[in-house]
Amino acid sequence: MARTLINVPAKARRGEIIEIKALIQHEMETGFRVSTTGNVIPRDIITDFVCKYNGEEIFRAELFPAISANPFFSFFTTATGSGTIIFEWSGDNGFFASVAAEIAVE
Amino acid sequence: MTDMNVLPPDRLSQRTRRQFLARVAAVGVGLSLSISVKPAAATPESMRNAIRNVIGEASVRKGKVKLELPALVESGNAVPVTVAVDSSMTASDYVKAVHVFNERNPQPNVVGVRLGPRAGRASLATRIRLADSQTVIAIAELSNGSFWSDSVEVIVTQPACLETL
Repeated sequence: MARTLINVPAKARRGEIIEIKALIQHEMETGFRVSTTGNVIPRDIITDFVCKYNGEEIFRAELFPAISANPFFSFFTTATGSGTIIFEWSGDNGFFASVAAEIAVE
Repeated sequence: MTDMNVLPPDRLSQRTRRQFLARVAAVGVGLSLSISVKPAAATPESMRNAIRNVIGEASVRKGKVKLELPALVESGNAVPVTVAVDSSMTASDYVKAVHVFNERNPQPNVVGVRLGPRAGRASLATRIRLADSQTVIAIAELSNGSFWSDSVEVIVTQPACLETL
């Protein structure tokens, strides 16, 4: 599976607004580039990124070829309770990656 | 001795002039060819169409949104972007979606993001590709159905997307 880098605070106070960062290794081939043989290199990108907090969707992004290689997102959410934050990426050629992070809320 | 050297000076100059004109014509044809095979780029018009596809006929006002990009970009391959929207992010007043568009990449869309009231703060960051110096626009859709925007002009010295391998 593609390598990922997730940044979620391990602990938070209830109601605190926390920043979440997620990075995944991916070429994000645009489909607009031409190889040395003159053929267009087919598009191969991540098209969707979803983040779920204890099953509830908190962030969703639709990606286009204009997103850089190794897509990175940083966003905020309210720490509502202890549990699992799941990150899911899906894209061209059946690409799918999923990572989970734990958070303790007191 | 070659043929050329025995020609009188006026004939000689005429021949080089003919060659020169032929070369100019060849260069001209070459240029127009290279322009015609260039991949289609998103124009401000196609960007407007892409925006209409996403937001429909709603009117977009300036303000509330803060789009941040470096004014001068060295490499268009990874340009940091942050979009922050001025919103209380409560159940009755929150940012539903944020869309980013560009003028001159091969495609006008950059990213579309869905948020909800539990985000707490309507702010996000990512990294994008820019194929040329151009204007980037961020549009936010609020829970009351209004649309707000901000745009930034960026100068790119080394573009992305279109390079060959």
